[in-house]
Amino acid sequence: MAEITRDDVAHLAQLARIEMSAEELDRMAGELAHIVDAVKSVSEVAGPDVPATSHPIALSNVFREDVVGHVLTPEEALSGAPDAEDSRFKVPAILDEE
Amino acid sequence: MNELITSTATQLAEKLSTKEVSSEEVTQAHLDRIAEVDEEVHAFLHVNTEEALAVAREVDSLRAAGGDDAAALHPLAGVPIAIKDLIVTVGQPTTAGSRILEGWKSPYDATVIRKIRAAKLPMLGKTNLDEFAMGSSTEHSAFGPTRNPWDLDRIPGGSGGGSAAAVAAFEAPLALGTDTGGSIRQPGAVTGTVGVKPTYGAVSRYGAIAMASSLDQIGPVSRSILDAALLQELIGGHDPFDSTSLTDSFDNLAEAARNGSVDGVRIGIVKELGGEGFQAGVEARFRDAVELLRGAGAEIVEVSCPNFKYALGAYYLIMPSEVSSNLAKFDGVRYGLRVLPKDGPLTIERVMGATRAAGFGDEAKRRIILGTYALSAGYYDAYYGSAQKVRTLIQRDFDAAFEKADILISPTAPTTAFPLGEKLDDPLAMYLNDVATIPANLAGVPGLSLPGGLADEDGLPVGVQLLAPAREDARLYKVGAVLESLLEAQWGGPLLAKAPVLGTEKTGGVK
Repeated sequence: MAEITRDDVAHLAQLARIEMSAEELDRMAGELAHIVDAVKSVSEVAGPDVPATSHPIALSNVFREDVVGHVLTPEEALSGAPDAEDSRFKVPAILDEE
Repeated sequence: MNELITSTATQLAEKLSTKEVSSEEVTQAHLDRIAEVDEEVHAFLHVNTEEALAVAREVDSLRAAGGDDAAALHPLAGVPIAIKDLIVTVGQPTTAGSRILEGWKSPYDATVIRKIRAAKLPMLGKTNLDEFAMGSSTEHSAFGPTRNPWDLDRIPGGSGGGSAAAVAAFEAPLALGTDTGGSIRQPGAVTGTVGVKPTYGAVSRYGAIAMASSLDQIGPVSRSILDAALLQELIGGHDPFDSTSLTDSFDNLAEAARNGSVDGVRIGIVKELGGEGFQAGVEARFRDAVELLRGAGAEIVEVSCPNFKYALGAYYLIMPSEVSSNLAKFDGVRYGLRVLPKDGPLTIERVMGATRAAGFGDEAKRRIILGTYALSAGYYDAYYGSAQKVRTLIQRDFDAAFEKADILISPTAPTTAFPLGEKLDDPLAMYLNDVATIPANLAGVPGLSLPGGLADEDGLPVGVQLLAPAREDARLYKVGAVLESLLEAQWGGPLLAKAPVLGTEKTGGVK
């Protein structure tokens, strides 16, 4: 069984910016260990001689002309924002006061 | 039942072009059907009544006026369509099945929506899905599950259960889906409809809210092979807004569907996509389909894809890794929900944590955390790195198989539709539904699911999957059309004619 502790999940949840209750952390730790066990067989066949594929149909040098195309107006871009002011997204404090 | 709703898109297009019916009548008939049955089916999250009727009337008046404008109308002009709610649409909400986007309206249209508007297909509304397309049952929708029109206590597949159920319940003749690991094909299989995942890049992904960008593909959902071909031609083509979009031409699909043939075609049965875990009735219908194709002149061969057994594992590492990155944009700042923490300082980090905790459902959280784990230092090589190598091995398996066969065949899903709730608390059991569909996404090759009949043990639809080499989407339609016509000749009509009656037309004795 893969070792995924409740503390590991708490750390991952913090990295992923998802607040989790104690109960959620416990449940997630169990489920993740179970899922990781089921998928870890991939390393059995992934020898050093096998190249990695990141993209199913490889394309390279996809460029376009450097001209301004259709762009959203500030009103359109802000139309779904929870909070906005002076044509800008308004965010809560970036830094903690302490 | 009203013939306007049971007709295929091709039949409707014909009736519209000869002015036997108006688009307004056709569109209204579907809106009436939605009003009648969608309370029980719950395929739609939003019904777009006014805009749909306005577009229908516009098509009718252009046609009535005649002349160049009427002649220039797209063959599918006036044929209504439903849109999976993962695809952004100006003027209608787009939720992705998630609380985090509840009520959000996109300021721009997806490329496929621009094409549908240009061709003047009335959009009936937005269809239900598992949250951000994560699931195989539509039960992970934040807005409640869709029900399978064949048995309202069973799942319609997922993630595109809404689109498949809408088409199966005659609420729409056509729909758009998205397929990351089977989300078009598996719902097609369990609802007795047709669903196609085109070659990766054949249809622009611009405006499909990304789940796993290297796997996602928009495609057609319909009740016939020809309808799917017509719709793929309409939505496909190169798009400079999607840098993974192919420049190849895919304009021979309807022609392939109209000229079905398997004469001398080598059809490969994939040894690994069957046996353990596959329901007996699914395998029986699959074997019947193979025998029909053999009888029609196909050469049946067996192929082996030994690395397919690692596909599910690779998929459940690559997909969540991409999910954890793609869903980082839901931060409570630019769009969607913002939730303030109950106490403590109101910093952006804590607002994000509270917003994402309230906005995402269990499966989205599970995949984000799993992806964050797979990409973290110390695990990256063992998990994400290995999974990418497996992807290469699966592509090589396909390459070898397509040396021996022109097209591959398998059951689409291992089972028929299961009861709602049965696998909701067992993520791994849920993931196994996609075992036969995932390899195509990992390799980028096109796949099609069509109805193969009903399983003996439960009387529910079985799907048959065809897989072709990348860029050879036309082969799916050419072979699919043959199998469809052979099966429908056996059944005496489309499989959906055997589906139970829904809504107020329901009479005694019908389940």
